[in-house]
Amino acid sequence: MSSAADARWQLALRIALIALLAVVIQESAIAQISIFGVSADITPLVVMSIGLLAGSMPGAIAGFAIGLLVDLSLVQTLGVTSLLYIPIGYWCGRLRELRDPAHGLVPLALGAAATAAAGIGMAVIQFLLGVDAPVSLLLLQQIFMTVLVNTLIALPVYEIVRRVLWPAIPADPRRRRRRAYTTGGLSPLQRPSERLGGTAPRGER
Amino acid sequence: MHDKQVRRRRAVLALLVGTSLILLTAYFGESPNSPLHSVQRGIVEVFAPIQKGASKVLSPFGDVAGWVSNTVNAKSDNATLRNENATLTAELAEAKYQLHQAMQARGLLALDTAAGSTIRDYSPIVADVIGRDPSVWYQQFEVDEGTDDGVGMNDPVVAPSLNAAVPGGLVGDVTAVGRNWSEVTELTGDKFAVGAEIDDPDGDAGILQPAVGNPNSLLLEDLPPQTGDIQPGKSYPVVTSGFEDPADPVIKSWSPPGIPIGYVSSVNENTVLNQQDVTVTPYADLHHLSIVQILTRAYPSATERASLTAP
Repeated sequence: MSSAADARWQLALRIALIALLAVVIQESAIAQISIFGVSADITPLVVMSIGLLAGSMPGAIAGFAIGLLVDLSLVQTLGVTSLLYIPIGYWCGRLRELRDPAHGLVPLALGAAATAAAGIGMAVIQFLLGVDAPVSLLLLQQIFMTVLVNTLIALPVYEIVRRVLWPAIPADPRRRRRRAYTTGGLSPLQRPSERLGGTAPRGER
Repeated sequence: MHDKQVRRRRAVLALLVGTSLILLTAYFGESPNSPLHSVQRGIVEVFAPIQKGASKVLSPFGDVAGWVSNTVNAKSDNATLRNENATLTAELAEAKYQLHQAMQARGLLALDTAAGSTIRDYSPIVADVIGRDPSVWYQQFEVDEGTDDGVGMNDPVVAPSLNAAVPGGLVGDVTAVGRNWSEVTELTGDKFAVGAEIDDPDGDAGILQPAVGNPNSLLLEDLPPQTGDIQPGKSYPVVTSGFEDPADPVIKSWSPPGIPIGYVSSVNENTVLNQQDVTVTPYADLHHLSIVQILTRAYPSATERASLTAP
């Protein structure tokens, strides 16, 4: 098996492990802790982190898998959470592929956005599926508080996911750049030969 | 190459979304015994032990986080509960005051409607106690009715008892009066005196005066010498006698007859025989007065009333 295929399998295994652990920990421990009257939900943060670290395809697939696990373990309507988490993972991955944001607070903003999208999206889907009970404005407050709490834990969750996935990520642009600079290569800005149009060293003329 | 990647990405995305929609539609429309539900139940059965184990393993972390969360919540709860406590305390005080007022009003009604009561014949008006002398030297209080309401000097004042078993009775008389206020001297005041009699077939009468050194008791003095048949341990009622000099009708007690005052609480045979007096405890609760009744037509005529009214 080629090293590329090896890396892909390793990445898939690590993502599966993260997904399983995230769902189990979420349901067994985190969901039982109330902060400001709400519980944190690490699953959209994990999907966001996978997308941001591994790309759009792994992100979308992880979103689908984690959503399905959540629906299965909580005996909810199958497909609802998957439908919400697929775009979260996909768009976070696309952001990495297109913009490659390097700022340290990007996971924080994306965590808030992912949680808000999950919360609002869940409300919309529940409305579409037909909710019989009257809906209170407290729902908005709950969503807001969940976004707030999730924003606070977004960076630690991202850091944990990054540490697990980092060895298996094949082509991280930032890592590639960093490796190039730290293994003896110079930044193009620091290489006068390239900056000045391919001037060769004196001895090689 | 790039187009192929894009197409593959879009295809995977469409496949995932399509699968989710199919699952959602199928699950939503199926009965609880359908295959999807069965699969879900099976997976939950597999997951349950894992979750149980994880829950046990992670419970210390959950407990710590829960403790922190509870502590944070307890602070805000404490402030909320303090405010609530203050509000409830104020409401309780208001409710107790209203209850006290209601009990006094009910006592007054019971006093007026008691069998044989003559109070209603004297045009009683209800007055609220608006001031009280805090010292023990002046047994006086102020009420919110005055001459504009028909109150005159020496009008008898009655009040209920907080004890439902006793009706209440005389508490004093008006000793100063203005347009919209009156001052009442309690029957335990050192200058108070009223003609009274023991409400029994003999009707032994005397003068009721405060007992010096004991502001909660009265002495019924100047009883006839044959009062020796009063038996200790019996609570003989004491009422106003409404004394009137047959030779000079102007000389009469300021209080009409038959107004309850109290009961004989202590009888010493030697004292009765030698000094002709017994100890009387008032019916009215003199320490918790908030509503009283002033008997505005107790004294016979307006002319006589006017002559007694202070300038």
